[in-house]
Amino acid sequence: MAKTIGHVAGVNGNLVTVTFDGAISKNEVAFVKTGDTMLKGEVIRVNGSKASMQVYEMTNGIQVGDEVEFTGELMSVELGPGLLTQIYDGLQNPLPSLAEKCGFFLQRGVYLDPIPNKDWEFTPTAKVGDKLRPGDAFGTVPEGIFTHKIMIPFGFDDVEWTVTSIADKGKYNVRDNIATVKSPKGEEKKLTMVFSWPVKKAVNCYDERLRPDETLIMKIRIIDTFLPVAKGGTFCVPGPFGAGKTVLQHMESRNADVDIVIIAACGERAGEVVEVLKEFPELIDPKTGRSLIERTIIICNTSSMPVAAREASVYTAITMAEYYRQMGLNVLLLADSTSRWAQAMREMSGRLEEIPGEEAFPAYLESVIAAFYERAGKVRLHDGSIGSVTIGGTVSPAGGNFEEPVTQATLKVVGAFHGLSRERSDARKYPAIHPLDSWSKYKGIIDQKLVNNARNVLFKSNEINQMMKVVGEEGTSVEDYIEYQKGELLDAVYLQQNSFDLVDAAVPPERQKTEFDLLYKVLMAKFDIESKKEVRAFFNEMRQKFLDWNSVQISDERYAKYEKEINDLFKSKVKEG
Amino acid sequence: MNKVYTKIESIVGNVITVRAEGVKYNDLAMVGKSYANVIKLDGDLVSLQVFAGAQGVKTDDPVRFLGVPMRVSFSENLLGRVFDGSGKPRDNGPELDENMVEIGGPSVNPAKRIVPKNLIRTGIPMIDVFNTLVESQKLPIFSVSGEPYNELLARIAMQAEVDLIILGGMGLKYDDYLFFRDTLEQSGAMSRTIMFIHTASDPTVECTMIPDMSLAVGERFALEGKKVLVLLTDMTNFADALKETAITMEQVPSNRGYPGDLYSSLASRYEKAVDFEGAGSLTILAVTTMPGDDVTHPVPDNTGYITEGQYYLKNGHIEPFGSLSRLKQNVNKDTRNDHRALMDGLIKLYSAYRESLEKKSMGFMMTEWDEKLLKFGQLFESKLMDLSVNIPLEEALDLGWEILAECFEPNETGLRSELIAQRWPKKLEA
Repeated sequence: MAKTIGHVAGVNGNLVTVTFDGAISKNEVAFVKTGDTMLKGEVIRVNGSKASMQVYEMTNGIQVGDEVEFTGELMSVELGPGLLTQIYDGLQNPLPSLAEKCGFFLQRGVYLDPIPNKDWEFTPTAKVGDKLRPGDAFGTVPEGIFTHKIMIPFGFDDVEWTVTSIADKGKYNVRDNIATVKSPKGEEKKLTMVFSWPVKKAVNCYDERLRPDETLIMKIRIIDTFLPVAKGGTFCVPGPFGAGKTVLQHMESRNADVDIVIIAACGERAGEVVEVLKEFPELIDPKTGRSLIERTIIICNTSSMPVAAREASVYTAITMAEYYRQMGLNVLLLADSTSRWAQAMREMSGRLEEIPGEEAFPAYLESVIAAFYERAGKVRLHDGSIGSVTIGGTVSPAGGNFEEPVTQATLKVVGAFHGLSRERSDARKYPAIHPLDSWSKYKGIIDQKLVNNARNVLFKSNEINQMMKVVGEEGTSVEDYIEYQKGELLDAVYLQQNSFDLVDAAVPPERQKTEFDLLYKVLMAKFDIESKKEVRAFFNEMRQKFLDWNSVQISDERYAKYEKEINDLFKSKVKEG
Repeated sequence: MNKVYTKIESIVGNVITVRAEGVKYNDLAMVGKSYANVIKLDGDLVSLQVFAGAQGVKTDDPVRFLGVPMRVSFSENLLGRVFDGSGKPRDNGPELDENMVEIGGPSVNPAKRIVPKNLIRTGIPMIDVFNTLVESQKLPIFSVSGEPYNELLARIAMQAEVDLIILGGMGLKYDDYLFFRDTLEQSGAMSRTIMFIHTASDPTVECTMIPDMSLAVGERFALEGKKVLVLLTDMTNFADALKETAITMEQVPSNRGYPGDLYSSLASRYEKAVDFEGAGSLTILAVTTMPGDDVTHPVPDNTGYITEGQYYLKNGHIEPFGSLSRLKQNVNKDTRNDHRALMDGLIKLYSAYRESLEKKSMGFMMTEWDEKLLKFGQLFESKLMDLSVNIPLEEALDLGWEILAECFEPNETGLRSELIAQRWPKKLEA
């Protein structure tokens, strides 16, 4: 079939209008030929014989009459072994290879093979005559620390395909033909290790979706204990600038108990991506003993890269996450920041002259955000194994005000809300997640009842603190003052965590439990203390001991010593009975 | 292709439309005697933004397309020169048209960036000691109108240890332009300075060109191995100029009338800051005035999400609280062993001084400790915070110790004993 050809009829920023003859589809990829470069774009509206395209590159130099080539394919990514450790732009262009080719600057119109052209040790797991469905594996290759499954492409008809030939164990190029399958209708297809999948379609080659009921350990106390995230769940992190969104995400990407982490740096500073790039290869993942970069994929469309590709970047990321989930792995996708993606939608919507919604965001903002977060989930695959995709997105609300459309649309669909507060970050209380405003619907590592009780202590302490601001310390009773100090203690030694301290930076769940139990005892106890001065001294000492305890390894002999000291101090003042 | 069109279809604001063929998006044209660039193509209808403003444009004025995008000349000859927003000389020197480079070029591949590691000394203690400026950093100076931000920029232009200064002025008062020119000339810094100046009386469109021209030239020099510092003032005027154009083009405004792509427009400029491995670097310091001292105003707010920290200019000095250089950790560990500790110690004491000051103003009793703090605070403000202080980092650190020694006993400072043993000024102990 001949490709449909069109011609440029108008240019307005990233929006290019094209007249065409023949058939095209919405969201299909097209290239604008300008001079000798081909610029990639996507059809976003068709109206009679005119199509509107968003071009993923700078549109300088395009002129009316330039030829446009429609590919007939939806915006897709290539999936196969070799994705891990890569750094891609929003269109799955490998940035390091691009740098080798083009030098310092991103040259537009250069598209390289996303999957490195290399040989892999293939082991067949299916034999001739086996019947397989899309998403089922017919072989494996070792990719770093993982066994990468080579699967029947997700896009095949959902019927049982019969394997008619399969390669023997051995080394093959990633694009070699290694198997042939036949559908019941007699259609025959050749398979390689690579196939493509349209990014805006959710992969659904699984038996059923399961409830996200297993806590995803982040080794961050305030999250795991108070505001847990579940494997296959969703959470969002809104916060004003400078509140530590990115630092928190870096902590999560380092510590999260998952197999694979995909970082989508969407419209944020390039410098922050560079930090990950330089840091991760040197950091060791305690779970596998290998460098962190081996479990990481970075998709980066930084703020100065073309805006239209920002939208593509989050979809590219989620598609790769779903691909690895299909191998029975747990994947965490961190998107920083979804606001930039929403802004990209707004920009395009404005150019299309759509009727604007609140703050000029398009009316479909909510449904698009909802559909994106809905792609997270824990699933049971055809072979019975379980995989999950967890999505965590940061939101950068204008002026730090959570009442804006992107934050509100996100809050409607996520399972946990980690709201960062300027107050807490100004007071250097990190992570600056607001413990009272934030919420989570997932199950944490500690009994919910106990957590609620601890939370009530915080509420009460906060109330007393507010009151004290009016009536002064003198006007507060000793009992209230103790309650106030309990909240402060909980905040200082448990909610806050020092990410620069080697031990405190990542706290395993068992340790959190031990610590919580001890702290809980203190929070719930009645104390026999007469004056506020003594109360202050007691809690100061308590805080100091807890902090010391926090910073020693469990294997260290001081660990038990500090624990005992805390207990002794507690016993010295607790009211019996 | 130099066909001349003489029928202008419409003139709205600074945008004219003309029917023409074979025109490329973003190309440059001459409308009468002014430059203009193509901002929209719709069939054969071409919308052009006229740099000098559409005022006085006649419907039969000749429109000539040049077939090239907006460019700026780049060579050593630029040094010491002053240009306007369309690249024409503002001084009496000759027009430059050699070695033209495109403005608003592609962005740097993130995979080619490196972690910034060199500090830029400015001789201003509030920057060098407390919020060190780092090569390739992008930092705004948040300021209320009326603060001496241009004086600060001029001071940095004179003192900063870089090879080249590029000053981009947007919506400058003419007096301010003369102030910059005269100050730099007198100090002898003009020979390493290039100025792109748009004054408040110049056409709005030219204002939007200033950052791109300054950064395009800066980037070229950086690629040639120069350490370039680009100073921009004032980015709020730039944003307002964008707003004006967007409204003329009937774009739907997003927040307080600003266009929806304000973030991207600012980011694409700020992200030009870079350290080229094996070549030079480009650092950006940009004044952003906050209308009504409101940091949640769209311009400072979007800027804050883009830049790597900020300097707050308030009451005539760089405020130690609120100011932040996100990259300072990368460099201040290698300057002197007491740098970090002294920085933290001084700030903590200064913060305590502020509390004492508040107590005093409310009429509370001053303790002996309060008195000490008050003395410290005054010394700190006059000797370190004052913008006219110009001393190297090491001297500033020494001065910090001297101020401490003048006001406190060593154990009152909260600094580590070994540092005190090493650095506490000896002569005062006797």
